[in-house]
Amino acid sequence: MAKKKSSFDRDKDRSLSFTRRAIVLGALQATALTALGARLAWLQIVDGHRYKTMSENNRINVKLLAPSRGLIVDRYGVQIAVNNQNFRVMVIPEQTHNLENALLGLQKLITLSDNQVQALMKQAKKSPKFAPLVVRDNLTWDEVATVEVNLPDLPGVSIDVGEIRSYPMDAATAHLVGYVGAANKGELEDKDPLLKIPGFKVGKTALEKIYDKELRGKAGAAEIEVNVVGREVRELSRRPGEPGQDLVLTIDSELQKYVQSRLSDSRSASAVVMDVHTGGVYAMASVPSFDPNIFTRGLTPEKWEELLSTEGHPLNNKAVGGLYPPGSTFKMVTAMAALELGIINENTSFFCPGHFSLGDTKFHCWKAHGHGRVNVVQALAQSCDTFFYNIAIDIGVDRLAEMSKRFGFGQILGIELTEERAGLVPTRDWKRGAMNKPWYPGESVVGSIGQGYIQTTPLQLAVMTARLVNGGKEVKPRLAEYMGPTKRIQTVWPDLGLKARNLDIVMRGMENVVNQPGGTALGSKITIEGQEMGGKTGTAQVKRITADERARGVRNETLPWHLRHHALFVCYAPIHAPRYACAVVVEHGVGGSSTAAPIGRDIMIMTQQRAPALKDAHIPEGVAPIDKSNIPPRKPQVPEKIPDDDVIVPGKKTEL
Amino acid sequence: MSSFSFDVQSNMTFAQKFQQISWGLVFLICMVASVGFLALYSAAGGNLEPWASKQMVRFGVGLVGMFIIAMIDIRLWHRFAYGIYAIGFILLVIVEVMGKIGMGAQRWIDLGFIQLQPSEFMKIAVIMALARYFHAATLEDMRRIFFLIPPALIILAPVGLVMVQPDLGTGGMILMGGAAVVFLAGAPVWIFITGIVGGIASLPVAWMVLHEYQRERVRTFLNPEHDPMGAGYHIIQSKIALGSAGIEGKGFLKGSQAHLNFLPEKQTDFIFTLWAEEWGLMGGVFLLALMALIFAYCGWISLRCRHGFGRLLAFGLMVNFSLYALINIAMVMGLLPVVGIPLPLISYGGTAMLSLLTGFGLIMSCNIHRDSKLPRM
Repeated sequence: MAKKKSSFDRDKDRSLSFTRRAIVLGALQATALTALGARLAWLQIVDGHRYKTMSENNRINVKLLAPSRGLIVDRYGVQIAVNNQNFRVMVIPEQTHNLENALLGLQKLITLSDNQVQALMKQAKKSPKFAPLVVRDNLTWDEVATVEVNLPDLPGVSIDVGEIRSYPMDAATAHLVGYVGAANKGELEDKDPLLKIPGFKVGKTALEKIYDKELRGKAGAAEIEVNVVGREVRELSRRPGEPGQDLVLTIDSELQKYVQSRLSDSRSASAVVMDVHTGGVYAMASVPSFDPNIFTRGLTPEKWEELLSTEGHPLNNKAVGGLYPPGSTFKMVTAMAALELGIINENTSFFCPGHFSLGDTKFHCWKAHGHGRVNVVQALAQSCDTFFYNIAIDIGVDRLAEMSKRFGFGQILGIELTEERAGLVPTRDWKRGAMNKPWYPGESVVGSIGQGYIQTTPLQLAVMTARLVNGGKEVKPRLAEYMGPTKRIQTVWPDLGLKARNLDIVMRGMENVVNQPGGTALGSKITIEGQEMGGKTGTAQVKRITADERARGVRNETLPWHLRHHALFVCYAPIHAPRYACAVVVEHGVGGSSTAAPIGRDIMIMTQQRAPALKDAHIPEGVAPIDKSNIPPRKPQVPEKIPDDDVIVPGKKTEL
Repeated sequence: MSSFSFDVQSNMTFAQKFQQISWGLVFLICMVASVGFLALYSAAGGNLEPWASKQMVRFGVGLVGMFIIAMIDIRLWHRFAYGIYAIGFILLVIVEVMGKIGMGAQRWIDLGFIQLQPSEFMKIAVIMALARYFHAATLEDMRRIFFLIPPALIILAPVGLVMVQPDLGTGGMILMGGAAVVFLAGAPVWIFITGIVGGIASLPVAWMVLHEYQRERVRTFLNPEHDPMGAGYHIIQSKIALGSAGIEGKGFLKGSQAHLNFLPEKQTDFIFTLWAEEWGLMGGVFLLALMALIFAYCGWISLRCRHGFGRLLAFGLMVNFSLYALINIAMVMGLLPVVGIPLPLISYGGTAMLSLLTGFGLIMSCNIHRDSKLPRM
């Protein structure tokens, strides 16, 4: 044998080795196939009888039934989100003589577009002939009656009743409750079998979304006997499932409606009224609003486009999601920081010549001729900017930020709304990180009067006011009074560690804003005895008017709307035992005292008239979900799609 | 110097090539696919929509693609084997990276007109690259451990990527398909024995790293009755469907288990059950026999091939196909855990159909060009 094999021999060896191994693998495959064949024969012949019995027992399908969604009511039980009956026209294709004719017949009785008819014909082709199709839902009473009368002439057509979410208060509570809709792909990750029920709706925004799990309830089940081709023969039993829990809000719906309508003169505004001790929100409005019912009754693309393009963004809840510089309403925080740090005391005063100089830069007070000599109480009452400019550098940005955070700025306060935003409280670190620039002293100066980088929400302004007047407690805003039988509202809150004396000084300043001559909101004073309020106006700059423009006589009111100042007002009442705090922001409303304060006054008067804090919220009787016992069980079960998509949970237990 | 004394067919005309297409194999493939159409028609309750019609269109398109691939000169496949592998590997990495960058667990790349699933493509590419690598390897080469390191990397790199997706089923398929090619190429048997023993020894470790849903599948497999209302439900219902069919079956469109929706995933993973419920033992064995004939036909093509590349490619692809068929059928009969592997050519699904027909196209290319002369390296 040659020392080295020839190429021919090597190929031959390789070929032989390949063949041997190929035979090994082939034999393995043959063995596996034979084993599978044997297993099949075993199952079908030896065990066949047993499995045949089991398959016979598999005649009962269990179908999931959607529970009633929990209601949302206000603190007195007034309905805010309910379930209305939803009448639908169904058609079973095989029971009609001709599906298209049946649909055209229906078209004469109810509103049904040609496109819908075509879509239904298409859908029918894809589904088994015995599966009912939903022709249309949300029928009006007239339509139901018309179809009922004509049923004898419409074989295969039937009327079926389901539930549809409805919001009786329309736009007034739209931003609070949000709306429901079909689960999207991401939400389907949720393992709750309910989501697989065709047409099942989940909360999409706001309270409906945050409390979705509790509102949803637990699925019921119906056992349905089916015949050998899967047609449903009869319903054997029905377990209605557990309806969702009812949600009782802290909201006073009358007050809510009032606030919403009081704001609606403005093109874009929002307001919050809350309890300074419990944090319960009595009213929260954002204007413009929208009707949430259009989302449950079927939203057209045109309507959606319209909502998106409307000025003032009706879909946004600006009370928790709108970000504004707080302007002069922030001066209480600056004053508290200076008082707590010992930089000033009640008697410290500064002279206001109408401006403040830092190096070469001149910072103007809103009053060009100055306020003269003012202490902190007077500075708050007259909203003197110069006073705060003078203490700004001593406080410093980081210590001011620390105090802002204690009052709830720059953070999510955890109200049960999806749109809540944290806003921004600037610090040296933040500026270095965000802009890679150092902090300039001039920025501290404008920061002391709530201008510059700071961004706050109306809700945060209301919370700040509440914390100032409730004795320095870290109250947080809440919307749920009860979830089901559980009380959710909290009455004891941690202490912020602020000196009562200092809080008192600031409150005196706020009192004087409204009640003393020279106060910026004197025109909005409440004269009803025992209902007097304290407050603070604010005007937040959107566009700076330059010295040159001022010389030319450019005034803020004459600028285009979107460049005008935001008008803000925060207030509390009654003045000697504060219970209610309120914040009003009118976008581009020009002036806090001229635009926002009168609204704040009216809201405070109405709030004290309604006095929601004096009447305990309760779980009202008679808000139990619609009693369904007198609604007859649906005649044919209603898969909206082909049966494959039905939710079937394991059927009758077979003995195994 | 060539050991092949004649290579007359290296430059065939189109007509010659067309004649050389393995029409028997085409016939068998069409038969199996037709079983699929019937089953899908039945799965939709006696309706072409929504599955059967789409599946037919895809099969038609795939068939044309298969012929085109079969006609392409095998030397081209040989030359670009590594390139194709590299492209597949890059796509796999892209999918993995995209998944990491916040797009969620994704197994495909959306090209707009088609969703490309690189792992599907990779099954073929791995076998092709290995066939190229071992094409000219001698038995002496095969005994050198260093010679076997590159192919190990060729297999393990994509397997690792697919496994972390996580897609254990496909990862395991690539691994087994690749291992089969290495075995066929003549690697020492002790490697495989060590591999299998090592694999079994490391099972406890594997158990630790499995996702909970994967563990649940294994537990269910070991004892489906432990939770008949939950995860074991699928297997039990599948067995009931098969068992109640008897020898003759319940008849076309009359499978009560499938039509009453007791059978899960009846158009994809459990389609064999649907078929065997309606056509009984005879239908089931008929389908198994068709599969066996396809295996045998491909094996024969492989053995007839006169170059290592073609032999390894054809047999490797056949093994891959058979693994799918065998594992799927074993799964629905309760012999293996439910791993979500479709029945090739029958289960509803576009990507799988196209990649399978691509594979058969390559096998046919091996047949048409069985006497081609390929470069030694």
